[in-house]
Amino acid sequence: MKRFAFLRTWEALLVVLLLVAIVIGSSLSPYFFTGFNVSSLTRDLMEKAIMALSMTLIIITGEIDLSVASVLGLASVVLGAVWQAGVPLWLGIILVLILGAVAGLVNGLLVTRLGLPSLVVTLGTLGLYRGLAYVVLGDQAVSNFPAAFTNFGFGSVPGTLIPWPFVVFALLALLFIGVLHLSWIGRQIYAIGNNKEAARFAGIRVARVKLLLFMVSGLLAALAGVIFTARFSSARPDNALGFELDVVTIVLLGGVNIFGGKGTLFGVILSLFIIGAVRNSLGLVSISGDIQNIVVGVLLIFSVLGPNVVQSIQAALTRRHLAASSSTKKV
Amino acid sequence: MKKLFRTLVPGFLIFLVFVLASCGSSGTSGGSSSSGGSSSSSGSSSLNIAFLPKAINNPYFDTAATGGKTAATELKGTFKQVGPSTASASDQVTWINTLTEQHASAIVVSANDPNALAPALKQAMSQGIKVVSYDSDVAPDARQIFVNQANAEDIGRIEVQVLGKQLNYSGQIAILSAASTATNQNTWIGFMKDELSKPQYKNMSLVKVDYGNDDDQTSFNDTLALMQAYPNLKGIISPTTVGIAAAARAIESVNKGGKVALTGLGTPNQMRKYVKDGTVQQFALWDPGKLGYLAYYAAAALVQGKITGKQGDSFSAGTLGTKTVGANGTVLLGPPTVFSKANIDQFNF
Repeated sequence: MKRFAFLRTWEALLVVLLLVAIVIGSSLSPYFFTGFNVSSLTRDLMEKAIMALSMTLIIITGEIDLSVASVLGLASVVLGAVWQAGVPLWLGIILVLILGAVAGLVNGLLVTRLGLPSLVVTLGTLGLYRGLAYVVLGDQAVSNFPAAFTNFGFGSVPGTLIPWPFVVFALLALLFIGVLHLSWIGRQIYAIGNNKEAARFAGIRVARVKLLLFMVSGLLAALAGVIFTARFSSARPDNALGFELDVVTIVLLGGVNIFGGKGTLFGVILSLFIIGAVRNSLGLVSISGDIQNIVVGVLLIFSVLGPNVVQSIQAALTRRHLAASSSTKKV
Repeated sequence: MKKLFRTLVPGFLIFLVFVLASCGSSGTSGGSSSSGGSSSSSGSSSLNIAFLPKAINNPYFDTAATGGKTAATELKGTFKQVGPSTASASDQVTWINTLTEQHASAIVVSANDPNALAPALKQAMSQGIKVVSYDSDVAPDARQIFVNQANAEDIGRIEVQVLGKQLNYSGQIAILSAASTATNQNTWIGFMKDELSKPQYKNMSLVKVDYGNDDDQTSFNDTLALMQAYPNLKGIISPTTVGIAAAARAIESVNKGGKVALTGLGTPNQMRKYVKDGTVQQFALWDPGKLGYLAYYAAAALVQGKITGKQGDSFSAGTLGTKTVGANGTVLLGPPTVFSKANIDQFNF
C-alpha cells in the first residue's frame, strides 16, 4: 500500500491530466505533437514558469505576490530605456535584476515590518510598478535591441528545438527544487506556511525568510522581464499585462494550497505544461482567447476543489485501512 | 528513496514529451492522415487564409472579417478569424506560431506592436506562408503587403478640420486616444498636432492627450475626468472606435451634448444614436468591410503567385477594381468617409 502512495497524490492526478491533455491535443490537431509546436508552446510559457517558481515558495509560506507581472513590465521598460541611453546591455540587465530585487524588497518590507497582508501590499505595488513603467517610457516602445539578445529570446539551442529560455528555466527549477524539497530552507518554508507561530517558537526567523522570498520573487520577475523583452524585441510598458493571474493559476492548479503549507514544485511544473498544452491545442483548432480563458478558469476552480476531494478520498481510504486493521486485531 | 522517485518522475515525463515531440516532427508528414480530418487545410491547398485582428469580439474587426468572408466566397477560398481576447502583442505571437503550425496559406494581421510580432512573422514567411498586414502595420520586412486603410496624414488632418469647423476655430480641445503605444493613433496624433499648428487654429489649444487604452470603462471615466479637469473644454477628438463611443456616452451622461463637441473615428452603427440626437455632428472612418475585403484579395493574389508584393505590382480586387502596390509594399484603400446625419443611414457596419 505504502509503495504506491505516490499514485494517490495530487501530482499523480496531474500526470494523468497532462497525458490526457496531450492525447486530446494530438487527436484534435495533427500539428499538436510536433517538435516545432512543443517548442513554441514551451517558449510561450517560460516567463510565467520562472515567476511561478518563486510564487510557489511564497504561496507555501501563506503569502502571495501579485506584483510580479508589473515588476516584469517595469524591468522591461527600464532595460529599454537604459539601452536607448547607451548603457551596455549586460550592464542594463544587471541593473534591472537589482531593480527587481529592490522592488521585491519593498514588498517584503511592507509585509514583514509593517505586518500588512501581502495580498493588499502587492495589489498596491501591482498598480505602482505598472504605473512607474508607464512613467519611464510614456507612449514609447524601445525595439532596436541587438540580434544576439533577441535571438536568445526567440532562438533555440543550436541543433535542437530546445528554446534558450527553457534552459534558463530548467536550471532555476533544479535550484528551486533543491532548495524547497531537499534543504533546511525548504523545511522552514513549509513550517512557516503550516503554523507561523510554531515556526517562530522553533527558532525560524519567519520575517527574514519571507523578506528573502519576496526579494527572490522580484528578482525572478525582472529576469522574466529580460527574457520577455528579448523574445518580443520590444520594451513596452504594457508588457505581460495580467500575467500575475496566470502565474497564480499555474501554482494553484499545481496543488499548492492558497492558505500555505502544502504543495510541491513538481505539481507546479506539471500544471504549467497542462495549461500550456490546453491553451495550445485549443488554439490549434482555432478556438479563440475567450473560450480558452473559460477553460483555464474552470481548471482553476477544479484545482481549488481538487485537493479537497483527493484529501477526503485519502481520509476515507485511511479510515477504511484503520477499520480493517482494527477489526483484524479484534479477531 | 520516495523523495527521489517523486523528483524524477515528473522531470522524466517532461523530458519524454520533448523527445517524443522531436521524433514526432519528422514523422508527421506521413502519419497525419489519421487525424487530419479535423483540420481545414487538408485537401484544398489553395486559399486557406486566416485573419488575426488585434483582438476578437471587436465590432470594427468583425466588420473587416465580414468583408474578408465576402472575398473568400468570391474567390472560393476559406476564411477564418482567430485572435486574443485582449489586445496583446504576446498573445498575437502565440497565434502566429499556431497558424504557422497549421500551415495556413496566408496570415492577415493587424499588429498590436510592429516589432514584437516581427520574428514570429518572419518565421512564418520562411515556411512559405504569405503575410499581409491590415489596419495596423508591422515592421516592413516582416510582411509582403500592408493594406493601408487610409493615408495617416488625411486621417489626422480631417479630424482637426471637422472639429475646427464645428468650434469656429476657437476653444480648448483634448484627444482621447487608444493605448499610449498604439502605432496608428500616435501617427495620427502627430498629424493632428501639425494641423493645429497652422494659423487658422491659433485660437484652439490642445490641452491634453489622454489614453483610454481602447477599454470602454477607462475611456468613459477618462472623458468624465477631462470634462471636470477642463471646465472650458469645447471639443474632444477620439481617433478610436472604442474611445469615441465611450466618450459619446460620457458626454451624454452629464448632459453636455452640444456643449462639448465630439469627433473622431467611429462606426456608423455605434454612433448612429449620438449623431441623431446631436451629441456628435460628424465623424470619419474608412469602411472596415472594404478593408478586410481588400486584404483578403491581396493575400489571395500573393498565395496564387500573381504578385510578390513589390512596388508596381497590380492585382484585381473584385468590386474595388484594380489595386496597385505602392512604395514599401503598401496598398491604399482610399480616402476616409465623413459621416453625418445626412448620410449615416446609408451605412450598416
